[in-house]
Amino acid sequence: MEVIGMDDIYKSLVEIVGEEYVSNRREELYIYSQDPGMMEPHEPDYVVMPKTTEEIQKTVKLANKMKMPIVPVGGSMSLSGLVIPHHGGIVLDLKRMDNVLQVNRKSRHVVIEAGMTQGKLKAYLERKHPDLRHSIPDSPPSSTIVGNIVIHGQGRLTQQYGFNSDMVTGLEVVLPTGEACKIGTCSVTPYWFALAPLPDLAGLFLGWFGTTGIITKLGLKLYPKKKLRDAEVFVIEDPNLVPDIIFKLTHTEMTEDIVVSAQPYPLIFKDIISIIILITGDSEEELEFKRRMIWDALRTYINSNEGGFSMVPPDMKQNLLKMPSDDTTKLADVMKGGGFEYAGPIIPIEKYPQAYKKLLELTSKHGITFGHAGRVIGRSHCIMFSFAYPFNRADPDNLKRTKKALHDTNIASLDIGGVPWKPEVPAQKMIMKKMDKNTLDLMKRVKRLLDPNDIMNPGNWEAE
Amino acid sequence: MIEYKLNFDEQLCITCPTRDCLVRCQYMDIDKDTAKAEMQKMIKGEDSFVLHECVTCYACEEYCKRGNHPFYLITDLQEKRGIFPIPKPLVTQWVNAITPGRKDIKQFWGAEEPVISLCVFPEYVDSIRGKLFEGVSIILGRHICCQPGYVHFGNPSLIRERLPRMIENIAKHNFKEVIFFHDECYSAFTSYASAYGIKVPFKPVHFFDYLHNKLKEHESEMKLLNNKVAYQRPCTSRLTPEKEHFVDNIFNLIGVERVERKYDRENCLCCAGIIRGQQRYDLFVDVQKRNVEDMVNAEAEYCVFNCPACYSSLSELVAKKGMKPIMMHDLCKLALNEKPAGWK
Repeated sequence: MEVIGMDDIYKSLVEIVGEEYVSNRREELYIYSQDPGMMEPHEPDYVVMPKTTEEIQKTVKLANKMKMPIVPVGGSMSLSGLVIPHHGGIVLDLKRMDNVLQVNRKSRHVVIEAGMTQGKLKAYLERKHPDLRHSIPDSPPSSTIVGNIVIHGQGRLTQQYGFNSDMVTGLEVVLPTGEACKIGTCSVTPYWFALAPLPDLAGLFLGWFGTTGIITKLGLKLYPKKKLRDAEVFVIEDPNLVPDIIFKLTHTEMTEDIVVSAQPYPLIFKDIISIIILITGDSEEELEFKRRMIWDALRTYINSNEGGFSMVPPDMKQNLLKMPSDDTTKLADVMKGGGFEYAGPIIPIEKYPQAYKKLLELTSKHGITFGHAGRVIGRSHCIMFSFAYPFNRADPDNLKRTKKALHDTNIASLDIGGVPWKPEVPAQKMIMKKMDKNTLDLMKRVKRLLDPNDIMNPGNWEAE
Repeated sequence: MIEYKLNFDEQLCITCPTRDCLVRCQYMDIDKDTAKAEMQKMIKGEDSFVLHECVTCYACEEYCKRGNHPFYLITDLQEKRGIFPIPKPLVTQWVNAITPGRKDIKQFWGAEEPVISLCVFPEYVDSIRGKLFEGVSIILGRHICCQPGYVHFGNPSLIRERLPRMIENIAKHNFKEVIFFHDECYSAFTSYASAYGIKVPFKPVHFFDYLHNKLKEHESEMKLLNNKVAYQRPCTSRLTPEKEHFVDNIFNLIGVERVERKYDRENCLCCAGIIRGQQRYDLFVDVQKRNVEDMVNAEAEYCVFNCPACYSSLSELVAKKGMKPIMMHDLCKLALNEKPAGWK
């Protein structure tokens, strides 16, 4: 049997990507051992930064040979430890692969490499194609587009067009055994315009957190970018009204984005639920038409004195229109201890009141503070309901209470009929425990088939 | 808690020959006979359509030349009869927003006269700089906020509950005079307190009174601006019209022309922020449109604001129509060759 030592692995990696792009230095392994959330850190053995699909293929083949874990990494912004190398191995940092490969204006899509960040694509489109846009999530600009797609992320256009992962038009994937494979029309023609009408193989990789392969290229839908944007805020006190309000708003088909938010501080937000409604238009007249439609849609609640459109001062409006919003970043620092995590289950709209009640109950029970934002997905099809808990990492008691609250939140989310979004490993286990047995078995079979040596991001989606 | 009662002279109202308080209202079409009948109903504490349609612009206080308090009568009656001009969640927001909390500092250590109260507008701290404000101390916070906004919300009793405590918080410092940046504060500590017999142990000074005096001190350094300006009167200025002359005095000093227009002085229109808050969208759009078009037709280059809330409500539309929205003290700074805070 051929025995290869750690030095030999390092040398092999240097041969693949060059010395500058491999590291096993402690200070760099430390950086890749954690994210800002609550999962325990664990260092990888190596960090590799490939530039091409071929380099990734070679690295994967080496990892297979060594039966060594391999974890693809984008911006490491999931907050739920999805790219923490729980079993060590190789972290494959894709940030060097950040080119726009093509933009098809008329068919409104872009093909990008896997390390392309949200900020870079936004800047690129603003410069080169100011009438096109993609669905920007509220994560920091350094988060990657593929990272967001892989976790079924949401963004500014999610209310209109569904999960960001619904906007995929094609993929290039390096399979766990090292073959590069195209998915969608790009597998048949030079064009990356759709996944249909072929068998939908994209589902083998979306939502799997890199456990079934490494996405190296992505085709992504672009959308019309209107010249003007505006924000309205409808405020209510009763969470039971939220499902109907969202139903009525989405019925207008006039909104860009709808976000429901609540937080105890500052006091102006205490006991209030704000429904932030964004609209776009190419002219003041278009904006005015949409604004009136929205006001009319909620007239019932105005007349009953249960809700009303709030005054939105210019500085507040500017903040609401920011893409991405920096509210999350601000909330993350509330406890001044550098810790922030949220459980954001995807729930049916009608379960909103239950989830809200649970949020208040859990934060009171565990003596912690919260911020809540819920982004409507599709035309009232469901909502991402975030239970966001800032915490002080330097305060062990606060840390412990927040951890318990997150655990209870995941249980509550499943109990009310939701499914935790981008779940950390313990929450994944909760989901799988509740999952239909045949479905779980299918997942296992798919995983085994694609990744026979079980090297891809181990720890994630592993059943008991 | 002391029960403060409105000083309203029923006889004075009944014998009024003009009924201007309601007849001149810009948002309700009321003739003299109807005005008489509706005022009589309200004096008796009965329901009136006025209670439901009032946009709470305060103008009737100014239109009443007999010194009575028709506006305070209306708002007290709205509360008594449970008529909320604004949806309840918005009221909750604003009641909570200005509730002094545990973290509010009760003392302003080192504050010395002259003292300017910025009420709850910390965003204006940076603008209180330069020649006009040399040597002033700033005080601000929820524990000194005047609170009269609640007349808009159908719960004016909260003002009577909170205002005496705010007065007490300020009085602790033994200031002889306090300059109030926010027109609403000045009017609360003068008109509102007086109408309800609430004692104020210091002299409230209006910000424009202060600005006028300071400009005079610096008159020799001033350059005349030679601009045409429209002035947006805030609702609370209706409560204390006696200090309105400072607007013209200041404009004369800095050399700007207050354009002649339909909706100015006693005939001014509300910024409409509160009309929007009342969820009367069509009226809100109409009032803002008429107001701003009037400024444009009069060829105003600047729209000068007194009140931060008016600025919030109207500045965007003003800017879209090609005028520069500016607060009065920032305009004064331009005459002293100083840049307003945030200008590049």
